[in-house]
Amino acid sequence: MKETIGFRLNGRAVSFEVDPSRALLWVLRYDLGLTGTKYGCGEGLCGACTVIVDGKAERSCVLEMKAVSGKAITTIEGLTKNGELHPLQKAFVEHDALQCGYCTPGMIMNAYSLLLNTPHPSRRQIIEHMDGNLCRCGAHQRIVQAIQDAAEHIPKAH
Amino acid sequence: MKNESTTQNGVDEDILRLDFSEVKQASPGLPVDRRRFLQLLGGGIIVCFSIPDSWALQEGERRRGMGQPLPQDFNAFLRIGEDGRVSGFTGKVEYGQGIITSMAQILAEELDVPLDSVDMVMGDTDLCPWDMGTFGTMSTRFFGPALRAAAAEAKAALIALAAEQLQVPKERLRTKGGAVYEEAGPKRVSYAEIAKGQKILRHVKGAAPKPQSEDTLIGKNALRRDGPAKVTGQAKYAGDIREAGLLHARILRPPVHGAKLIHADTSGAREVEGAQIVEEGDLIAVLHPYPDMAERALAKIKSQYDRPAASVDDKTIFDYLLKVAPQGQTVAQGGNLAEGRSAARYVLEQMYLNSYVSHAPIETHSALAKMDGNKLTLWASTQTPFALQDQVASLLGIAGQNVRVITPYIGGAFGGKSNNQQALEAVRLAKLTGKPVQVVWTRAEEFFYDTFRPAAVVKIQAGVTESGLISLWDYGVYFAGERGAPQFYNIPNHRTVSYGSGWMPAPGSHPFATGPWRAPGNNTNTFARESHIDMLAAKVGMDPVEFRLKNLNDVRMHRVLQAVAKKFGWSPARAPSKRGYGVACGTDAGTYVAHMAEVAVDKNTGSVRVKRVVCAQEMGLCVNPEGARLQMEGAITMGLGYALSEEVRFKGGEILHSNFDTYTIPHFSWLPQIETEILDAKDSPFQGGGEPPIICMGAVIANAVFDGSGARLLQLPMTPERIKAALSKLQSS
Repeated sequence: MKETIGFRLNGRAVSFEVDPSRALLWVLRYDLGLTGTKYGCGEGLCGACTVIVDGKAERSCVLEMKAVSGKAITTIEGLTKNGELHPLQKAFVEHDALQCGYCTPGMIMNAYSLLLNTPHPSRRQIIEHMDGNLCRCGAHQRIVQAIQDAAEHIPKAH
Repeated sequence: MKNESTTQNGVDEDILRLDFSEVKQASPGLPVDRRRFLQLLGGGIIVCFSIPDSWALQEGERRRGMGQPLPQDFNAFLRIGEDGRVSGFTGKVEYGQGIITSMAQILAEELDVPLDSVDMVMGDTDLCPWDMGTFGTMSTRFFGPALRAAAAEAKAALIALAAEQLQVPKERLRTKGGAVYEEAGPKRVSYAEIAKGQKILRHVKGAAPKPQSEDTLIGKNALRRDGPAKVTGQAKYAGDIREAGLLHARILRPPVHGAKLIHADTSGAREVEGAQIVEEGDLIAVLHPYPDMAERALAKIKSQYDRPAASVDDKTIFDYLLKVAPQGQTVAQGGNLAEGRSAARYVLEQMYLNSYVSHAPIETHSALAKMDGNKLTLWASTQTPFALQDQVASLLGIAGQNVRVITPYIGGAFGGKSNNQQALEAVRLAKLTGKPVQVVWTRAEEFFYDTFRPAAVVKIQAGVTESGLISLWDYGVYFAGERGAPQFYNIPNHRTVSYGSGWMPAPGSHPFATGPWRAPGNNTNTFARESHIDMLAAKVGMDPVEFRLKNLNDVRMHRVLQAVAKKFGWSPARAPSKRGYGVACGTDAGTYVAHMAEVAVDKNTGSVRVKRVVCAQEMGLCVNPEGARLQMEGAITMGLGYALSEEVRFKGGEILHSNFDTYTIPHFSWLPQIETEILDAKDSPFQGGGEPPIICMGAVIANAVFDGSGARLLQLPMTPERIKAALSKLQSS
C-alpha cells in the first residue's frame, strides 16, 4: 500500500515511504513536523493549508501524496531565507495584517503564488486571488495592504 | 519515570521536570531563550512563590464559589531575568485580540524598560496568577491596572534596593532602560544586577504608578509582538504540539443532538493498521499516530442511533422561544409607560429576530493531554485555562495542583472556546490509553458542538412626540440577555425586560448548546434598539443623526456620534434618502461606539454591497491605538457576517452545516472601505476594545438598507431572500 514518494520540500530533496492516498497536509504536519501549514476545514474551503506546488497555490488538505511526486513544494517554513523574512512576511508584520494568526501561513502562501505570476497586482486582482482564503478575525483590509506593499518591495528576480 | 509529588528544598521536582522545551511551546510570545531561562531558573522557583502565596487563599475563594483574588505579591506578575529581560505573567490568553502586545506595553511603561525586552507568559496554570477566563473584554480594563500596580511596586522595590547598593538616597535615583541611575551622578545599576533572576523580596507598599503625563509607551502604537512568530509558521497552537508516542483521536459522534447510540460495530476500524479503539460508556474513539488514518478508521465504524423527532427548526424557533420564555426580569425602568403612551404622537411597535450564529474560528477546538502518574499536562485552545484545570481535576479526581494547563496561541475564539469539551475528551482518552492524546476537532465537529450565539427575539413599543422627542420605550428581549439592552436615550418613560438568560438559559430552551458570542447579547439588542430609533426618526421626518442627538443627554455618546458623522461626511437628510447611508450607536464594556455605513442594494437580487464603514470609538485610555484599530476593523469585517449571511440552519438537533460551503463567513470580496477613529480620552481609565466595535453592525447596515431602498429589515441576517421579501412588501403597500 505504501509507496516511495520523492519531492522537493523547501528546496531540499525528500523521499520516504507513505500511503500515496494520504493528504499532503497531514504528512507535512505529522510525518515531516512542519506545523506551519494549518488544518481549517479539510475540504479545500478555507485556505489555511495553502502551500505552493510547482509555483501554484494548492490546498494541501485535499492534495494526495501521489499528486506531489517529483514536484517542488514550498511551505511557510520555506519562505524565510537565511533568517531573512520574505517581503510578504515582513509586510504582514509591519501592517499588523493578522490577529489570531491561524490563517496567516495560508494567506501568505496564497499571496506568494499571486506575486509569482503577477508581480504587481491591482487591488482588485489581490481581492479576487485571495477571496477563497478565510480569516475570521477580519484582518482582510490589512492583508490587502500588506500584499500591495510587499509587491513593491519584491526584487525583480522573483 | 513515575513521579510522586516529592518536595526537596521547597522545589517541587515534578513541576520542574514538567517544564517546557522548544517543541512544546510554553506560552505565546516566549522566545526560546526565555523558555530556557524559565527552565533553568526553575519553574519551581516561580511556583514556590506563586503557589504557596496565593494557593490557599485562592482555594478558599474557590470553595466559596467566588473568583480568586489576584496575588498581592508583585512577583506573581513579573520577573526580571539575569539577562535583564522581563517576563510578564498573566492568566489571560492570546487569541488575536492583541493583549500580548498591550500588556507588554503596560509592563514596559511602568518598569521603564524597552518594550522589546518584555515577554508575556500567558494562560499557563503553573506559572501565571489565577484568572477566571479571557472574555467580556476585561483583560485591559481589569487586569491592566493590577499589572501596572505590580510593575509600579516592583520598580519601587528595585529603586529601594538600588539605593542601598549604590549608597545613594532613593530620592536622587531615576529609572530608565531597565536600570536605576543617579540623577546628576555617575552611579548606575541595572535591574538584572539587582534582581539576579530571583524573586524580589523587598516590598514597597503604596507605590503609585507614574503619572500619565510621563507615559511614553502607553497610548503609542506598537506592532503586534506575535507578528514574527505568526508569519513564519513558528507560532504554536494546541494542534501543533507534539509528544513522543502521541496518538490522535477521532471520536464517534451522533448525527443529531439528543440522539442515543443503539449499536456500534467497530470491527472494520480495528482492521486499519495502527488503529486503536477505545470504547467506554458513551465514548467510542479511534486512536492512531496520524489523524487522517484515525479518520479513515472512524469511517469504518457502523453505528445506529435513535434520533429524537425534530420539533423545531430555524424558521419556527422564534415562536418556540416566545412560547417557552420564562418570566421576565426588569433590568431598567423609569417614569410611567401610560404617560409616555399618551404623550406620543406616534407609537411604533415592532418585533426583531436574530438567528443562531456560529463562532467559526479557523482553528477548530484542539487539545493535547499527557498523563504522568497522577499528574496531567494539557495544552488546549481555551479561553478558560484555570476553569479547565478545575474541570480536569474533578474529572480525574486529582488535586488541581496536579493539573497543568498550558495555553499556546489560540486560532480565534470569540467566546466559543470556553467550554473545553475537546480538552476533556483528550484527558479522558489519555487516561484510558496511558498515552499522550491529541484531539483536534474536524470542521463538522466544530459546527456541531459550537455553543452558538442564541437565536433571540426583541419586542419594542416606542412612542415619539410631534416635536421628535421619544416619550415611551417599552422593550422586551427574549434569550439574548441583558447586555446592551437598557437604552441610553433621554426617554422619560421606559422599561426594559429580559426574558430568559442570554447564553445559559433553562435546559430545553434551545435544541443545542448556546454560549457567549463576541459582545454577547449586545449585537441583538443594538440591532433592535438602533433600528427602532431609526424608524422613529423616519416617522417624524427627522434626520437619524439629528434625531439621536436631540434625544441624547449622554455627553460621550454625543461625542462619538458627532465624530463619526464628521469623518463619514454625513449631511442631514430624512430617510429613506436613497443614498444608502446608515447610522447606529451603542455602548459595550465601558466603551462608546458609533458607526456609519454606505451600502448599495441590488433590488433584483436582494444582495447588499457594503461600500464603506466608518467607526468612532471612545474607549478611555487606549494602550495601543494601532491594536485597537485592528480590533475595530476586525469587528466591522466579522460583523458583516452576522448582518448579511450568517445563520445556523437546523432541524431539531440536526445542524445542517458541516463546513464553510453552506455557512458563509465574510470574504475578501465583501470588504468595505473601513475607517476608524479613536477619540482622545486619556484621562479616563482603560475600557474595552475587543467587543464594542462589532455591536452596531446589524443596525448600521439595516438602517443603510432602509435609507437606500426603503425596505426595513427586521431579521438578521439580512439575506437576499429577506431583502427581496421586504422590497416586495414595500411595493405592495
